[in-house]
Amino acid sequence: MARMAGRRALFALPILMAVTFGVFAVAAASPFDPVKAYTGTAGLTASEQTLAEIRANLGADEPFVNRWWNWLINALQGDLGDSSVMRQPVVDVISERIGWSVLLAVTAFAIAILLGTALGVLAGRRPGGWLDRGVSSAAYTLEAAPAFWLGLLAIWFFALELGVLPAGGLTDTASDVVTFDQVATHLVLPSAVLGVSQMPWFYLYVRQGVSDALDEDPVRGARARGLSERTVLLGHALRSGMLPMLTLIGSRVPELITGALLVETVFSWPGIAAATVTAATSVDFPLLAALTVLATTAVLLGNLLSDLLYGLADPRVGFDG
Amino acid sequence: MFARPTRATGPVRSTRSIRGLAAVAAATALTAVAACSNPSSGTAGAKGAGESAVVGIAYEPESLSPLLGFGKDGNSKIFDGLLTFDAEMKLKPALASALPTISADGLTYTYALRKGVKFSDGKPFTAKDVVFTYQTILDAKTNNASRSELDAIKDVKAVGDDTVVFTLKYPYAPFAQRTVLPIAPEHIAGRQDVNTGPFTTKPIGTGPYVLTNWSKGEKIQFKANPGYWGGAPKVKKFTMAIIKDDDVRATRLRAGDLDGAILPPNLAAGFKGDKAKKTHAATTYDYRTVTLPTGNKVAGDTAVRQALDIAVDRQTMVDKILEGAGKPAYGPVPTGSEWFAQGTERTHDLTRAKKILDDAGWKPGGDGVRVKDGVRAEFPLWYVSGDKLRQDHALAYASDAKKAGISIKTQAGTWEVIEPRMKQDAVLAGGGAPGDPDFDQYLLLTSSLAGDGFNNMAWYDNPVVDKALQDGRKSADKSVRKAAYDTVQRELVKNPGYTFLTHIDHLYVVDDQWEGLTNQIEPHDHGLASGPWWNVEDWTPKK
Repeated sequence: MARMAGRRALFALPILMAVTFGVFAVAAASPFDPVKAYTGTAGLTASEQTLAEIRANLGADEPFVNRWWNWLINALQGDLGDSSVMRQPVVDVISERIGWSVLLAVTAFAIAILLGTALGVLAGRRPGGWLDRGVSSAAYTLEAAPAFWLGLLAIWFFALELGVLPAGGLTDTASDVVTFDQVATHLVLPSAVLGVSQMPWFYLYVRQGVSDALDEDPVRGARARGLSERTVLLGHALRSGMLPMLTLIGSRVPELITGALLVETVFSWPGIAAATVTAATSVDFPLLAALTVLATTAVLLGNLLSDLLYGLADPRVGFDG
Repeated sequence: MFARPTRATGPVRSTRSIRGLAAVAAATALTAVAACSNPSSGTAGAKGAGESAVVGIAYEPESLSPLLGFGKDGNSKIFDGLLTFDAEMKLKPALASALPTISADGLTYTYALRKGVKFSDGKPFTAKDVVFTYQTILDAKTNNASRSELDAIKDVKAVGDDTVVFTLKYPYAPFAQRTVLPIAPEHIAGRQDVNTGPFTTKPIGTGPYVLTNWSKGEKIQFKANPGYWGGAPKVKKFTMAIIKDDDVRATRLRAGDLDGAILPPNLAAGFKGDKAKKTHAATTYDYRTVTLPTGNKVAGDTAVRQALDIAVDRQTMVDKILEGAGKPAYGPVPTGSEWFAQGTERTHDLTRAKKILDDAGWKPGGDGVRVKDGVRAEFPLWYVSGDKLRQDHALAYASDAKKAGISIKTQAGTWEVIEPRMKQDAVLAGGGAPGDPDFDQYLLLTSSLAGDGFNNMAWYDNPVVDKALQDGRKSADKSVRKAAYDTVQRELVKNPGYTFLTHIDHLYVVDDQWEGLTNQIEPHDHGLASGPWWNVEDWTPKK
């Protein structure tokens, strides 16, 4: 198990290098002009000379391979450079925001997994029952519903109609201190929306796994031996029903990150998502590279995690066997 | 950035169709999740009788450093300039103790500074800070895109602690208007990287408010500066919530989370019945125009330009696209401005437009599109994708032009796509800077600036206008200047290189709990300074 983790970590390095190189190449080939993104509306009245000076200051006229190499060398020495578009060191940009994004993503993921598993077990128990039919069709609807739209719906219903939850931000808009209570209340809607939008995948996998397992011989045998319904369901059916879901956990990470992007925008959540979009469209190489490394690492970790879980849940599955 | 993994196809075996239940179930799921949490009220924070104000804005600055261009048009809340504008855009002294004394040749501007002013960190403000600010902005190593606005400066120096002298390269009448730009403290900003140092996000100034918190992507918060030289503001806490989506902003305003917000006309209309809120319409210099590139065989033809200028129905655009919140535009100067040349208004006259085209030899072809010497009267019109307002203007313009027999194909694209085509194709452009008629018109119409960045996008080339623009910026005599800008506007009637369409009002809906709300005449940009909160430091809570 430790060996698998070690081997994966070893592979991660070339993967990260290749991914950042790819991102630099794609960004350089994109039609976006870093100087135009940097100057914004002020650039619309700036003279060619000013724009040329800024281009030189940003190093935007260098070939991307050079820029990638310089970035890599500096990054290995612990210097992530300065984000041009945020006018700040990359480390500051990320450290200011990453915590809030992680909090949102982890809470949402927990909601998605717990809710998906619980509903999946209940529905898988009686396929075709009223609960199964209700939740399954809701799950299909949610799969098709954009997180953005769900967010607006949630704001309208919980903030406007009921007035029980805040409509956005990390804390009350007028408050200038960050307290646990406030963050907790403000986290409810965005994490619920993000979690619920991710829930269908987990639900559908668990539901199918459980209902299949209930039909299998070992489970029927267990039932026949007179074991309690609870033991059969949670001890036997859920165990084998969970397996496909564990693989899913890793593969959902990228979707979770893109989903967070929309949810953060709707709820003015001060996370990393908006910075990611800005970095990409402004060809802000240092910021973009750092964010790419983060996202790739998250995906690699997600895959490792699901493989480890899989191995733990089913002894027949080896570690990188 | 991320490849979407192949969609997990539902492994559900029994896919019996369920009617109607879906939506109910979705709502149930949402409620179930929400019910798990503590439903304590999270709406609008505590506020003591109008002493705190929370407004929603659509725009977030990348930097709060004046050295990088923040607040260059005045009103930055954290900073002061040497001068500042009042509601009517008249100059008044701020960090200077009086308006500048100008030498007879118009080349030397001398500012006496206000005494006893301190930065919010307690250090005194002196002439050195002024010199530092201007010299840093003029430095090519500073990434300030607005630097060319200070082109006229040859030299700036301090005389003692309380006098600053600017020497200009050429007489530039509107120079004083440029000195509203905020002054940064040398003892802080001078000790760090001007482009990425901490000062860009944690600024210190002399202004009425002190930055307390900037949560990027969420909000910017200020508290009143108790030691402000102009007197401590009555609104003690001021928060700008950054909400990019118009619908979310309107929703949060309705939910009581915000005290005010900028809204597009259709959403602002939804608050008409709300007695606790008032809608403030700010008149602006914000125009929408169509560039008619001189290099284009059709759009560059004077007859076509004249015909389009009167074939377009500006009033209908104001009524339908802006829902009445705006005015027809006949040039960069709004009709309400003292600089507007009376009598240059053009009425919608399709018959005369057709006659102009007929007389110039543009004869209707088989499909209704006019032809002259084998050239069809058609050209493309670009607008920035995603900008609904510009799209509506472009479509209305094309439809008006079609009635006169000119075929305009509207196309959407990003600026990266549009820019290389600007010399040949028309563009639905926007702009507008109050303060001085030179600001817009010089960049928009001077022939030597054709194609210089986004300046003179239409490659307008008219010697009479070139001369008038020079006269307008050189003379200090207001009547001479007025005559010069009248000439420019009359020339635009004879040979319109642009079809100006509308000037757009900016709408703000604000709780009716303060006295002293006014609107400044606003520029095209939605900076932090725009909105009734341009002078929040002068608001007083209603009793």
